[in-house]
Amino acid sequence: MAQAVPAGQKWWSGGKSPYNVEYGKLMMWYFLMSDAFTFGAFLISYGTIRFSSNSWPDPNEVFRSFPIIGEMKIPLAFVSLMTFILIMSSVTMVLAVGAGHNGDKKSVMKWMFFTILGGLAFLGCQAWEWTHLHNEGAWWGRNPFLNINGSQSSTNFTNFFFTITGFHGFHVFSGVIINIIMLIMTWRGVFERRGHYLMIEKAGLYWHFVDLVWVFVFTCFYLL
Amino acid sequence: MENIHTATAEVHHEDGHSFSTKVIWRTFWILLIITIVELALAILYYETDFLPKHFLNGIFVIGTLAKAFFIVAEFMHLKYEIRNLILSIAIPAMLFIWFLTAFLWDGNSFKNLRNRYDRYHVEKNTIKVKPEAKKPGVE
Repeated sequence: MAQAVPAGQKWWSGGKSPYNVEYGKLMMWYFLMSDAFTFGAFLISYGTIRFSSNSWPDPNEVFRSFPIIGEMKIPLAFVSLMTFILIMSSVTMVLAVGAGHNGDKKSVMKWMFFTILGGLAFLGCQAWEWTHLHNEGAWWGRNPFLNINGSQSSTNFTNFFFTITGFHGFHVFSGVIINIIMLIMTWRGVFERRGHYLMIEKAGLYWHFVDLVWVFVFTCFYLL
Repeated sequence: MENIHTATAEVHHEDGHSFSTKVIWRTFWILLIITIVELALAILYYETDFLPKHFLNGIFVIGTLAKAFFIVAEFMHLKYEIRNLILSIAIPAMLFIWFLTAFLWDGNSFKNLRNRYDRYHVEKNTIKVKPEAKKPGVE
């Protein structure tokens, strides 16, 4: 459970980190909290608008395409693939951090490489989804889909979809860039010289956050 | 720069079994199974309508929160951190409960008020659009 520490330890008397983590890691947690509220605001505003609407497009109808195969009988198959890819890349990221703890430079590089691959695959999938929807006539300000009850739908649906998945995709993109930089730094022996791979841990926190947000986006847009 | 890094490297990791690969893969399987169950329910609902949607939504939300908990606790390692840090994350996150409740309540109220006072809005949302008028891919 929570870290075992000596009882009576004075954490706030100065001279050491009161959270027993390095400064950079704590600051990453603070940043992730702020970003969590940003995404929370987006998703909750989406929920509010949807709650205030009488009807809404059916995600099972809108999201049933799959690359190469075309239309699948099973809706949500493509987004399931995307979720799986992102969760897998989170696992490889944790394994990279674990390898960093053991000082195993080669394994760190291997797992970081797979994480980057996963991130790029996710971005590719999202780009395909956007292109496909755009070809069906959907975009900011344009919504070709009907509500479940057959009535004309508003552009709220597509506006929210593209904005929130776009924001998330941008975070994935910046995460991939950060991970590439981490890989290069590892390869050049920067962490080996420092004696610790804490930077990988911080990049890992950001990457897991991106995965976490996707879990909520996936639920709000495709399941609920 | 260097003395900062040596200082930070002294931060102790007291957790004996940090980053056990076994726990990580176990978490992965838990996340995967929850997701598969959610998807199975969603597809089953789409085909057969076997449960009320509200009930299903509740299951989805609980599943999502469970997944979130596992990602934060295991992947982001928060479970193994010191209690101060855990609470510094968990307590502000409680704000979300109020955030969500207040805004969904507001959205619901907005819907009810609009339906009561705006006849055009009600009509617009009940008139079915003729299928030929809106084919996907045709502008």
